[in-house]
Amino acid sequence: MAAILDAKGLNKSFGAVTAAKDINVAVEQDSVVGLIGSNGAGKTTFINMVTGYLKPTSGAIHFDGRDITSLSPRQITQLGICRSFQIPQLFNTMTVHENLLVGVGIVAAAGKRWSSDNHTYADPSKAVDAMLDEFNLGAYRDRTAGLLPEGTRKLLDIAMAMVVRPRILLLDEPTSGVSADEKFVLMDMVMAAVKQHKVTVLFVEHDMDVVERYTHRVLAFYEGRIIADGEPTDVLNDVEVRRYVIGGHIAPAGAASHA
Amino acid sequence: MSQFIAVLVDGIVYSSWLFIIAVGLTLIYGVMKILNIAHGSLYALGAFTSVTLCTMWFSGGHDAMGSYAMLLLAAVLVGLVAGPVIERGLLQFMYGKDEVVLVLVTYALFLILEDLIKLVWGVDPLFITGPNGESPYSLLGNFEVAGLTYPNYNLVLVGVAAATGGALAWALAKTRSGKLLLAVIHDREISAALGINVGRTYFVTFTIGAMLAGVGGALTAPTVSVVTGMGAEVIVLAFAVVVIGGLGSLPGAALGALIVGLVRAAAVHYFPEVELFSIYFVMAVVLILRPKGLFSGAEVRKI
Amino acid sequence: MRIDRNSIAVVLVGVVLLALGPVLPSWAVSLLNVALCYGTVVLGMMLLMRTGIVSFGHGLYYCLGAYAAGLLDHFGKMPDMLLMVGAGAVTAGLVAAVLGLLLAKYRDIFFAMLSLAFSMILYGLLVKTASLGSTDGFNVAAKTVGGIVIAEDSVRIVVYSLAVVFATLSAFLLHQYLASHQGRLAGAIKDNELRVEYMGASVKAAVHRNYVISAVLAGIGGALMAVNIGHIDPEMTYWPQSGEFVFVAILSGTGSVFAPLGGALVFEAIRSFAYEYSPNTWQMVLGITMLLVMIFLPGGLWSLFTRKRGA
Repeated sequence: MAAILDAKGLNKSFGAVTAAKDINVAVEQDSVVGLIGSNGAGKTTFINMVTGYLKPTSGAIHFDGRDITSLSPRQITQLGICRSFQIPQLFNTMTVHENLLVGVGIVAAAGKRWSSDNHTYADPSKAVDAMLDEFNLGAYRDRTAGLLPEGTRKLLDIAMAMVVRPRILLLDEPTSGVSADEKFVLMDMVMAAVKQHKVTVLFVEHDMDVVERYTHRVLAFYEGRIIADGEPTDVLNDVEVRRYVIGGHIAPAGAASHA
Repeated sequence: MSQFIAVLVDGIVYSSWLFIIAVGLTLIYGVMKILNIAHGSLYALGAFTSVTLCTMWFSGGHDAMGSYAMLLLAAVLVGLVAGPVIERGLLQFMYGKDEVVLVLVTYALFLILEDLIKLVWGVDPLFITGPNGESPYSLLGNFEVAGLTYPNYNLVLVGVAAATGGALAWALAKTRSGKLLLAVIHDREISAALGINVGRTYFVTFTIGAMLAGVGGALTAPTVSVVTGMGAEVIVLAFAVVVIGGLGSLPGAALGALIVGLVRAAAVHYFPEVELFSIYFVMAVVLILRPKGLFSGAEVRKI
Repeated sequence: MRIDRNSIAVVLVGVVLLALGPVLPSWAVSLLNVALCYGTVVLGMMLLMRTGIVSFGHGLYYCLGAYAAGLLDHFGKMPDMLLMVGAGAVTAGLVAAVLGLLLAKYRDIFFAMLSLAFSMILYGLLVKTASLGSTDGFNVAAKTVGGIVIAEDSVRIVVYSLAVVFATLSAFLLHQYLASHQGRLAGAIKDNELRVEYMGASVKAAVHRNYVISAVLAGIGGALMAVNIGHIDPEMTYWPQSGEFVFVAILSGTGSVFAPLGGALVFEAIRSFAYEYSPNTWQMVLGITMLLVMIFLPGGLWSLFTRKRGA
């Protein structure tokens, strides 16, 4: 089966600093891939390159066989690659409902122009309500986004990425800022939505329990390179990964971590 | 040829005048991030105060040369009275607001000051002339270039502009307060965290800026009829200068003044019908090509 | 099209204003007329502000609209009021479509300054154009409406009625637009441009579109004002005029299309009374009002209504 996302030989440097070094990743359709690594290892740089926020210094990214390396975030979104953010990017003065309605409106207004045109929203407002139910945000429907608790903001941020009906979803630290006992609730909800809409997922995560529970595959980043790539149990028990990525800060895979 | 020289001389004189006004504007923006529309009113205040002081001086029967001291006094008065009153009385409550909101605050202030001037000085044009027609504009005699006669007063404008620019550049680079000011310009929060009294810096900056506007007005007063509305005319020119040079940049204000001054002088001599148009055309072109003005590079990080 | 409560209210207010025309005293008709012309311009300012943008040069389109209308009368010898307003709208829209390409990537103070420069370019041109009366401008009069000659004694009421119709129509359509998917992007852009792009919409295209719409509204307002006042001059594109539009938009608030029209009425009322009783302090009154509004009512006068409703 051909890879839905194929990054080949990606390099990215900012002056003297190398943020990505020869990244090669092919992602299969419907897989769930975890991106791990300490801060500054290059995970977010990778997401930023895939979504067009940063242009790689060299290398190419193909989505569904199409070269997207030089496309803008907007064009990439329109093709069906969407993302969430480490710091939620919301419309802070709008209600939760309106936040999603903006996205539904964009899709509805674009109509058949987008490649993901098999999804049309016949009744935008109802479609938003259905999404709110899906993400258990119904109770916050008419609350102002800027005043929500952090966990809810993260969830809304992810829902906003889903509203554009992606084929690939990139989540940048979906559980950061979310309390330990809410992490799995959040991820269960996201994964259920993802499965239902047949979305391929890549997500950055620091909690190895979360990584182990939800991923089919893990990429370990270190100083801009991918130092391990494979089944979660293999990667999480890899010697180099344990030394450079997991270190002493995070409990080894399998052990409970309730920091 | 003589016309070309006339363009150069007129251009440099006009540039000097523009610089004196614009430098205060850019200083205030650089430090306080306030694009101060009321700078035009402070300029007008300087002019009107000069008329009053000079008229008093002349009617006291003093030596006409003393009228220059009156011009200076007017500028100092505007700086020391209007500056602190505006900064303490209004602006200090607005810090931290959005830049555009701050522009609007100073626009409201501009409206208020315009009418205040009308209330105090009336709406008729005023002139600075002594009992025998003496004026600071003509007292100093004339000089000639390529057969054209210019009042020596123009040299005063050039001198004041050069001295102001030089003094500010020196103060920023060499003095302790200047360096502290640069720190505030660079990063307000960190400066405050390091113990720099940002509030006092703003106070002093605004006072100096107001005084420079006053100097501009005072030096202009002998050369024109002093009328209400002169502030509105001048502020938009000053905007053109600082925007072309790069908001908050001292060398930018100098370059912007030179460009606007020369462009206008050339237009006046060669194509008088495009005089005003040319200035704003240049402003638009610079903004389109370099949205943050000519001196917006990292090497001249504001001022 | 969505027919909600506000749409109906806009139409109702329009109908009431039309009906009141013949019975109101002439000073009230004049006041309302000016307020409607002004309010139409401010509707456009509201749209820009909702998008997070403040133009300090919208006098450009107000003036272009007025001069387009005036030129139809002056040189075109086609003083038809509908044509004049149409010419104002089209001229403003076309110029904005071009300038908007440049402006759409600017924000904040840089948008304000570039729009200011554009408006001052027109000012610089007009004050030196002798054939258009230079600083004095020229007189304008509409003589027909849709080909029908306006009777001498009914000019005022016809001009007023058309101002009502155009202002109502503008408000109605703008309200529809704001409630549409495209219109909703305005607030989204103001809140978070990055997210809008990551939802697949073009911020630049939306800003450009809103800029052109606001210019068309200013063009209509300018043309209406030209016919209403009967005289136009370059002051219409001088920067204090643009500042005044920003002022009224701030005073009004951006909560509803009623705000700019109501705000314009309040503004004109303050101006005409203050001007009559104290011509040398009316600007001061405006300035103080503006400061008070910005300090105590950041949402403008309109927030007084919404607050009451919320309580």
